[in-house]
Amino acid sequence: MTEALRKHAWTMGLLALLVVLLAATKLIQPSFGGPGLESLARAALPFAFATAGMAVVVIVGGIDLSVASMMAVCAVTAATLMERMAGVPAIFIVLAVGLGMGLLNGALIVVTRVPDIVVTLAMLFVWEGVALLILETPGGATADWVEDSIRGPFLFGWLPKAFLIIALVTAAIWIPIRRSKLGLSIYATGSDEMAAFRSGVAVGRTKIAAYGICGLFCGFGGLSLAALTGIGEPVPGPYLLASVAAVVLGGVVLGGGRGGLLGPIIAVFILRIIRTILTLMAVDPNVTTIIEGTIMVAVVMLGTAATLRSARR
Amino acid sequence: MSATDTNPPLARLGRLMRDNPMIPLVVFLILLIATLEVMRPGIVMPFRGGRDGLISTFWVGNLIKFAIPLAMLAACQVLTMLTAGIDLSAGIVATVAAFVCATLSSIWGVAPAVLIALASGLTVGIVNGIGVGLVRVHPLIMTLGTGLIATGCLQVYQRLVINAGAEIPGFLVWLGTGRTLGMPNGLYLFIPFAAFVICLMRFTGFGRILFALGSNERASMLSGVRSWQVYLALYALSGLIAALAGLLYLGIIRQTSLSLANPLLLPSVAAAVIGGTSIFGGRGSYAGAIVGALILRVLDTMLTLLQMPEGARTALFGIIILAVTALYVRITGSR
Amino acid sequence: MDDLAVLDASGIVKTFGAVRALTDANLRVGEGEVVALMGANGAGKSTFVKIITGALRPDAGNVLIRGREARVGNPAEARRSGLVPVYQEPSLIPDLDVGDNLRLGDTPVGPFMDWVRELGVEDVRLADMISDLPLATLRILDLARALASEPDVLLLDEMTAALPTDLVERVLTVVRARANDGMGVIYVSHRFTEISELCDRASVLRDGRTVGDLEIEPGVEERAVELMLGQKLDLSHREGAASRGAASGASRLSVRNLSAGPKLTDVSFDLHPGEVLGVVALEGQGQDELFEVLSGFEKPTGGQVEVNGRPVSFSHPADAIAAGLTFVPGNRAEALLAQRSVRENIALPFAARPRSWGPLKLGRERERVRYAIDKLQIDTRAQGEAQMLSGGNQQKVTIGRWLATGVETLLLFDPTRGIDVRTKRQIYPLARELAESGAAVLFYTSELDEVALACDRAIVIFNGRVVDTIEASDADEQTLMRAAYGLTGTEAVS
Repeated sequence: MTEALRKHAWTMGLLALLVVLLAATKLIQPSFGGPGLESLARAALPFAFATAGMAVVVIVGGIDLSVASMMAVCAVTAATLMERMAGVPAIFIVLAVGLGMGLLNGALIVVTRVPDIVVTLAMLFVWEGVALLILETPGGATADWVEDSIRGPFLFGWLPKAFLIIALVTAAIWIPIRRSKLGLSIYATGSDEMAAFRSGVAVGRTKIAAYGICGLFCGFGGLSLAALTGIGEPVPGPYLLASVAAVVLGGVVLGGGRGGLLGPIIAVFILRIIRTILTLMAVDPNVTTIIEGTIMVAVVMLGTAATLRSARR
Repeated sequence: MSATDTNPPLARLGRLMRDNPMIPLVVFLILLIATLEVMRPGIVMPFRGGRDGLISTFWVGNLIKFAIPLAMLAACQVLTMLTAGIDLSAGIVATVAAFVCATLSSIWGVAPAVLIALASGLTVGIVNGIGVGLVRVHPLIMTLGTGLIATGCLQVYQRLVINAGAEIPGFLVWLGTGRTLGMPNGLYLFIPFAAFVICLMRFTGFGRILFALGSNERASMLSGVRSWQVYLALYALSGLIAALAGLLYLGIIRQTSLSLANPLLLPSVAAAVIGGTSIFGGRGSYAGAIVGALILRVLDTMLTLLQMPEGARTALFGIIILAVTALYVRITGSR
Repeated sequence: MDDLAVLDASGIVKTFGAVRALTDANLRVGEGEVVALMGANGAGKSTFVKIITGALRPDAGNVLIRGREARVGNPAEARRSGLVPVYQEPSLIPDLDVGDNLRLGDTPVGPFMDWVRELGVEDVRLADMISDLPLATLRILDLARALASEPDVLLLDEMTAALPTDLVERVLTVVRARANDGMGVIYVSHRFTEISELCDRASVLRDGRTVGDLEIEPGVEERAVELMLGQKLDLSHREGAASRGAASGASRLSVRNLSAGPKLTDVSFDLHPGEVLGVVALEGQGQDELFEVLSGFEKPTGGQVEVNGRPVSFSHPADAIAAGLTFVPGNRAEALLAQRSVRENIALPFAARPRSWGPLKLGRERERVRYAIDKLQIDTRAQGEAQMLSGGNQQKVTIGRWLATGVETLLLFDPTRGIDVRTKRQIYPLARELAESGAAVLFYTSELDEVALACDRAIVIFNGRVVDTIEASDADEQTLMRAAYGLTGTEAVS
C-alpha cells in the first residue's frame, strides 16, 4: 500500500499542484469557469500529444527531437487531405503517416547506430522540409465536424471535449501497450539495456516500436493542430522543448526506464495553466514566453541534475 | 579501436577523407561550380555569356559575401562539436545581436550599441556554458532552451524600443556591402577571424583541450582537466562569435527583423558536418567548414535555379547531416 | 559418445582484432554433473562464458546442448535451447517489479516463489521493485528465476560473490540437489572452498585453451593453481630482488581503513618514496575502487588517505594530480585520445589548467615529449593517430604522459594487460627506475609473475581487505596465487 503510494507520489503531488494552480486561477479571476477550462484544454491538446509521444521514447531510453516537425507534417497532411476527401479516411491516413515517420526514425537509429539525438535532429529538418513540400504556405482546410469535435464542453457543461479526447486517446493507445509484453520490453530496455538483452528482449525492435508509438501520438498532435486552426501550418510549433520539460516534470527520468504517461500529461496542464495565470495577471505575452522558457529550462536542468545524482549513487 | 577493415576501399576513402579533408571538399566545390556554369552558362564565366572577364569577380564576391556570416556561425558549431556538443542558440544570438545593435545605435550611439550586442551574445553563451558544464544538460537541449528564452527576450525588447527606429551603423554597412579590390570588405574582417579560430584550434592549450574533451572526456579528466571550466569558456566564446556574425549579417542585409539570422542555423550545422567535423567530438577542421559554407552557398544557388522549393532544401540539409554522420559511423566503426 | 552430455562445447576459437581470446576451449557437462570452470585473470573465462550463453558468436567450434547444435547468437535462443545463465551482475530490470521481470522472460510464478523460499529468502513479494531490493536478494531471485525455467544446464558465473555465508550454503545445497535430479551445472568461481563442496570436476582454462580436467579430491587446490599458472616458474630472473633495499623514511602515500562502495571494505598500507608496491588480487576484490579513490574519480565511504603526512580528499582527478598522484588506468581506451597524435596525447596534462590555455610553448613541449618518447622507446612510425599504434605503444603513451610532466606517485593499474612481451619487459625496469629516482609506484597487476620482477613487496587484497603482505623475495607465483585465492594469509576467509 505504502509502496503504491510512494510509486505514485510524484504524480499525486503534480495533481495536487494542478488543483492548487486551478484554485489560484479562480482566485485571480473569479469568473474563471467552464469556458476558461475549455480553452485551457484546447490549447493543451497538441502539447499533450507531443508530450505523450516524447514520454514513450524517453522511457525507452531515447529522445525524439523531431516531434514538432512530425506534428507539422501530420497537420498539413490532414488539412490537404480534408480539402479533397472525407474526414474519417483522412484521419486514418494522417495517423498512418505519423506512425510511419516514427518507425522510420526508430529504424534509422537502430540501423545506422548513430545516436538518437543526432538522427532525430537531422530528421527534425527533414520532416520540416517535408511539411513545407506538402504545403508551402498555411492553407488547406479541415472538416467542420473535426473542428467541432474539440470545441465546447462535454456532458456537464464544464468537462471540455478536448480534455476527454486527450484522456481517451492516450488511454486507448498506452494502456493496452503498457499491459502487454511490448510495454514491459520498453521499460526494460530503457531501464537497463544489457539486462533486457539478457532477459531475451529484442532491444532493437522495441526501440523502433517506441519511436513508432511516438510518431502515432504526433499524428494525433498534428490532427489537433489542424482542428485548432482550421488549416494546415507547415512551420513546426514550440512543442519540442515544451514536451521535454513536461516529460521531465512529469516524473519520467531522462535516460529511461521510469515514469508513465499520466504524470507528463498532468505536467502539460500545469505548464499551460501557468501561462493562463500569467495572462490573467496581465503580464505581457512575450514576458510570459520568457518566463515559460525559463521554467522549462530550469525543469530540464533540475531533472538532469537529479538523474546524474541517482546515477552516481 | 582501429578502423575496421571489412570494407577496404570504403575504409581507405574514409582515411583519405580524414587525413586530407580539404582535397575532396575543394574538388567537390569546383565540380559544383562547374555544374552551375553548365546549368546557366555565363553565371561564373561571363565571357561565355558574351561579357568580359574569365571569371566573374562579381559572382565570386557575392558568393563569398553571403558565405561569410554562415562560415562564422559554422565556427560556433565546429568549436562546440569538437567537444561533442552543438550550439543551436547561435542563429538566435546572431539575430538578437543584430537587432540590439541596430536599435541602440540610434539611441546611444554606435560604440555602446556594438558592445551591448556582443555582451548579449556573451551572456547567452555563459548561460549555455553553465547548463552544459556545471548542470550537465545535453548541449542540444540546453542551447535550444536558451534560444527560446532569447527569442522571448527579443520580443519583449522589441516592444520597448518600438518607437526608437533602427539605424544600421555605417561601418557595418561598409563591411557588409562595400568592396575593396573587387572583394567584399567583410572578407578582410573574416580572414583574421578565420586565422584566429584556426590558430585557437591548433596552437593553443585551449584548442588542445577541446579536441581532448571531445575524443575522450575521461582521459582528459585523468590528465587534470576540469571540464566545466572548458565548457563555460567554450560556450561563452561561441556566443560571442555568434553575436559578431549577427553584426556582420546586419551590414549585409541592411534591415532588422526578429528572425534575421535564424535561417542560417541549420546550414551552419551542415557546413561544419560537411567540412569534416564530427558531431561526436574530437575531430574537426575550420578550414573544412569554410569550404563547407561555400559549398552550401553554391548548392543554394543551384537549388534556386532549379526552382527547388524551400522545403526540399531544408529536407536536403537534414539528409546531408544524417548521411555524412552515418557514413562516418560506418567507416570508422565507432561513434 | 557413450552417454549423452547435456552440454558439449568443443574447439571454441574467438579472436578480437589481433587478440586471440580463445584458441581451443572445451567443456563437457554430463547429466547431473557439476563442473567448475576455472582460470586465472585473462585466461579467457568470461569470453568462454559469453560464447556458451550465446552473447557472443565463436569464430570456430560449436556448442551442443543435449546433442543438438544450440542456435546460439542471442541469450533468448540459448535459453530456449535449455541453457540458463546466472550472471555476475544481476540481469533483472531495476525499474520493474519482480512480477514484471518474470513476465518478461515468461518465467512461471509458482515454481519461482517455491525456489525463492527454498533458497532461504522469505520476504519477497511480486510487487517489490527490483531497485529497492538488496544485492544479495537479487542474486537469489536471479537464481530462482533460472531454476524455475527448468534448465538442462545451469551456468552460475561468480554468483556467490555478493552473498552472505548462510545464503551461500543454501545456494550450494539447492544446486547440488538439482544436479542430483539430473541438471547439469557449470560453476564459474574463484573460491576453492565452494568448488570442493559443490563440484564433481574442475575444468581449467589458461591462455584461451582448456589445459586440464581435474577430479575434485583433497589437495586439488594445489594442482589447479599449478594448471592455471602453466609450467613451474623459472626462478632465474629474480636475482635482482635481493638487492632492493627496503624503502625508508616517511611514507609518500598512507592509506588507512579505506572503504568505498560494496567491494572495498578495509584497506590500509603505506607507500614510500623509492618503492614499487605491488597489489595482487583476483578480479573484483575491490582493487578497482581503491585506484578510483586514489586517482580522484570516486569518493571513499570511509577511512583516510594521507599524502606526505597530510590528509587529502579528492573531488576531481585534478586534485589528485595536484597532490602528485598520477594514474594510468588498465583499460587504455580510458586514457587515450584515440584520434589524436602521440604528441597531443603525451602533452595533454600541460594544457589542463586554464592558466595554460594560451599559446602552446611548442619548444618546451617538443623537448618534454621527446624525452618521454625516448625514455619509453615509443615506436612513433604511426604517430598521427594514437589508435594506429600497437597496444604496447598505446600503453607507453599513457605512461609517457606522466614522465613528461614528472612523477611523484604513479598509480599503475594493470599496465601490462594484453600487451606484447617486449613492451612488458620495458615497463618493469621503468617502474624500478622511477622508484630509484625517488618516485613511489603503486602497481596492480593481474599477471602474478610481474610482482617478483617489478615490485619490492606486494599486498594481497581479497574480499575488499588486505589479507597478506608478501616480500618480493617470497613472491613466487604459487604463493601469490594461493594468497589471492584466500588460501593463506592471516585473514583467509571462508
